[in-house]
Amino acid sequence: MKDVNVLMVGVGGYGVILASDGMAEIGMVNGYDVKKTDSLGMAQRGGSVVSHVRWGKKVYSPMIKKGEVDFLLAFEELEAARWASYLSPKGAAIVADSVVIPVSSVKGDIPYPKWDKIKAILSQYSDKIYLVPAARIAREANNPRAVNMAMLGFLSAFLELPAEAWTDTMRRKLPEKFMKSSIDAFLKARAEAEAAIQAKEHKR
Amino acid sequence: MALGAYHAGIAVATAYPGTPSTEILENIARMDGVYAEWSINEKVALEVGMGASYAGVRTLVSMKHVGLNVAADPFFAASTTGVVGGLVVISCDDPGEHSSQGEQDNRHFARFAKVPMIEPTNSQEAYDMMGLAFDISEKFDTPVLYRSTTRISHTKTVVDVTGERKAATNKASFKRWPEKFVMVPSNARVRRVSMEERVAKLQEYVEQFHFNEMIIADRKLGVISNGVAYQYAREVFKNASHLKLTTLYPLPVNLIKKFAAQVEKLIVVEELDPYIENEVRQLGIAIEGKKFIPIIGELNPEIVESGAAKAGLLKSTASTAAKAEPPRLPARRPQLCAGCPHVATEYALRKLGVRTQGSGVELSKSDIIVTSDIGCYTLGVYPPLAALDTCACMGASIGQALGLEKAGVSNKVVAVIGDSTFMHSGITGLIDVVYNQGTTTVIILDNNTTAMTGHQGHPGTGISARGEKTTAVDIEALVRGMGIKDVNVVNAFDLKSIEATIKKCVANPAPSVIIVRGACPLATKKKGKPLAVDADVCSGCLDCMKIGCPAITMSADGLAFIDAEACGGCGVCSQICPNDAIAEAGR
Repeated sequence: MKDVNVLMVGVGGYGVILASDGMAEIGMVNGYDVKKTDSLGMAQRGGSVVSHVRWGKKVYSPMIKKGEVDFLLAFEELEAARWASYLSPKGAAIVADSVVIPVSSVKGDIPYPKWDKIKAILSQYSDKIYLVPAARIAREANNPRAVNMAMLGFLSAFLELPAEAWTDTMRRKLPEKFMKSSIDAFLKARAEAEAAIQAKEHKR
Repeated sequence: MALGAYHAGIAVATAYPGTPSTEILENIARMDGVYAEWSINEKVALEVGMGASYAGVRTLVSMKHVGLNVAADPFFAASTTGVVGGLVVISCDDPGEHSSQGEQDNRHFARFAKVPMIEPTNSQEAYDMMGLAFDISEKFDTPVLYRSTTRISHTKTVVDVTGERKAATNKASFKRWPEKFVMVPSNARVRRVSMEERVAKLQEYVEQFHFNEMIIADRKLGVISNGVAYQYAREVFKNASHLKLTTLYPLPVNLIKKFAAQVEKLIVVEELDPYIENEVRQLGIAIEGKKFIPIIGELNPEIVESGAAKAGLLKSTASTAAKAEPPRLPARRPQLCAGCPHVATEYALRKLGVRTQGSGVELSKSDIIVTSDIGCYTLGVYPPLAALDTCACMGASIGQALGLEKAGVSNKVVAVIGDSTFMHSGITGLIDVVYNQGTTTVIILDNNTTAMTGHQGHPGTGISARGEKTTAVDIEALVRGMGIKDVNVVNAFDLKSIEATIKKCVANPAPSVIIVRGACPLATKKKGKPLAVDADVCSGCLDCMKIGCPAITMSADGLAFIDAEACGGCGVCSQICPNDAIAEAGR
């Protein structure tokens, strides 16, 4: 049973909390000690959202130490850069190719950084960086809102639980209306992650 | 905490919403067999709680840390009278001010009011110790303060909740007992003595409280901690000996002495004030804490670790080694939502009166001073709206406005307050304006909900905590009844009439009220038809972006662009556009 520290980051209103709740539940059902905590601040919509999820044999702190995040699961590119310093040198950044431009950079002094710049920031902390076409995967699964399920699917390929451990809980928890499309998005993203991991191994 | 109280057999639960305490009552309101209410404010919530306790039933009252300031009067009174049915008051503190106007350590309240205090270190204890809190309350004839913090309240952990609901302990009945319930000085003096006797008895009791736990490992270092800081201490000082404290008032003095005697060096890891540290030092025991643990803000394992490394208690590890931070990135500030009913009013205030910007700059004569209050609308302080001058505590906007006026400031003053905050503690301020012949204009932003904390009902909404229909307080009739003659109701999305009404009221030498009415779209889940910018007509002046709407951005060619998915369809931007370039999409 390996300890897993996941930092999920994104923008309010895009399903980060639902994803971290789901991951906490799946860890618990499969026998891990689990803690998860969110930082929402005053954000209803549009603010930064951060969720810490920890699986382990025994978890004390709900918050992950800087430099000890195994997986930075970013639902938005800028937010990935903002939290990059939390990554462990052995950790991986998994970033949805989604851009939400904050008001402050529309007319403000700092422009929204391009992906190359964000990638350069991330690579100061870890060389494992995955850009996930989460919106495309969700669309192809016929549920544009299933971006969070696609992100969980991509992440799941790196963890020791089999796909069924995830989909069983999804079947129990998700509303009928979104179940099939959510599981489709999850499995499709998991398959893409497996391919991406193999490609990286192959390069070495 | 909610389930723990339910299993402890509570019959009554009261609260006023406030982060991070809101979810407690929201959950209890869904449970059968408990009367649950959103009270008008924390003071009333606790007074209702005292009444229920006097009737002999177990009662839970919950609030955020600053709520206990509002409820301080009945809190001290309840300490004096004691209880009949168990009375537990939950205070959810917010170290780091994630969602608060101030940071305060409510452990001091327990000592101040001589009320026992319990504080869990995780969700399991939050559940397990709640029943004990009620037992303590009844056994020692006292309210119990149950403290949580953001990182306990907003953390999910695996919890064993195999308990079952105790039948609500007693049937409600009131027995006359003036020596206990009627605090005239002659009775209060007698109760005062019993308060001290109670503390002495509690002092003995907490020594045996089994959630206070001593873990003896490496004796070179002993770490005392409480609340979520205990989790950080266990994670950072893996091999040290630990003393976990869950009874923070009174502290288990003998247990602390026993622990101190077994370790070579003693430190304390606690969030906010040196509460434990000072108490332990007073026992004549050498201890360190705030020398390396910050007094301000929320802790986390990394802060504790780097503090310990600096103090030489730990070797530097990979995570304590200084690491380059990412470069400065565009901030993502919280902002008013697309379609928010507060936007037009804040824009009007900015345009009509909050024109001189910058700290310390003299106002021009025609500027209006805008005192503001606690709620979503406080976000209007950020650019581009930048339409507010003050925000202090619940209801303060109105008294502050009167004070500015009576001090002799020559600028006109407008107070801005939300409907829920007005109910909470704006009413008394407005009566003070009327009574003392003020001329202030008070704008009540009536979005028919308590939006910031997640859409709870309040007396103006006519919906109870359980979602049942109740009597809605009529704000117009209420303010007329106070003696305000100039009462105006305007549509929250009609910029022109908002501006005209503000101008009219500010010129009136009598006090006036403007009720700006428009429901919060996040509560109603209703959206208007999305608007779009006609790129052929748009001049690129970007005036529409002055309302700070998150749906409006700039296109690659420098024109305004509306994200149809995000647009709430409120139409305020189309009323600002000097070129009439914004209309319903598809037209």
